[in-house]
Amino acid sequence: MNLYDLIFYLFAIITLISAALVVSSKNIVHSAFYLLFTFFGVAGIYALLGADFVAVVQLLVYVGGILILLLFGVMLTNRISNVELRTGSANVLPAAIGVGMLWGALTAVMTKTKWANVKSNSSDFTAPYLGRMLITDYVLIFELLGILLLIALVAAASIARREKE
Amino acid sequence: MLSVGLTHFLIISSALFSLGVYGVVTRKNAVMVLMGIELILNAANINFIAFARFGNFGHSGQLTALFVIVLAAAEAAIALAIVLNLYKTFSNVNIDEIDNLKE
Repeated sequence: MNLYDLIFYLFAIITLISAALVVSSKNIVHSAFYLLFTFFGVAGIYALLGADFVAVVQLLVYVGGILILLLFGVMLTNRISNVELRTGSANVLPAAIGVGMLWGALTAVMTKTKWANVKSNSSDFTAPYLGRMLITDYVLIFELLGILLLIALVAAASIARREKE
Repeated sequence: MLSVGLTHFLIISSALFSLGVYGVVTRKNAVMVLMGIELILNAANINFIAFARFGNFGHSGQLTALFVIVLAAAEAAIALAIVLNLYKTFSNVNIDEIDNLKE
């Protein structure tokens, strides 16, 4: 077992344990902070897979943006003064059984399938390649995503604004 | 223990996906459902990047993962705006108690 494997298992354990705590924690603020560790672990897995740029984007966008947004959502939709931050779960047992079966089926598919295993051993930085692809082959998707983000920004502001009394 | 390959990453992502689905179907708070959706999107992203590494596709998989991250950001912004509106209308965000589109 070499260093790569050790780091992989470390990040895998961080990711899965914190994800399990996210979905099972009673306190919603704790869930949000466990989600931080999940995103961090997933970023580590991206880095292990040679996707350095995506790992950095994961940290910037998820940890810096989406997580803060979720925390704002928690703070604005719960009465902090009442310490009513507990949130219930429903249908835990049927959901656990169903999701357990789904998990078993997925894992069986992932392990039984003979994947073509041609490991690309390029250890270059990926940012130049990704940038070149963004302005050549994928330029239409890139522009459309820019428009989509603008629309989402305007729509979110428009939905969430307070009505005039 | 055999050395880490494609299958390990796929198993991690399927476990993360299952945990996300569990969060979506069991939690009552709408923000928690959003967190479950983020877990599912991360699991899909791990698959994209694992196949980009171990398949012969160049960097397309990583680019797709970037697009998914952008879509997740847009989705989180819109969904939280909707959650804020729900809270204004119903004074809670428990999705098992909210069964009307209007008051």
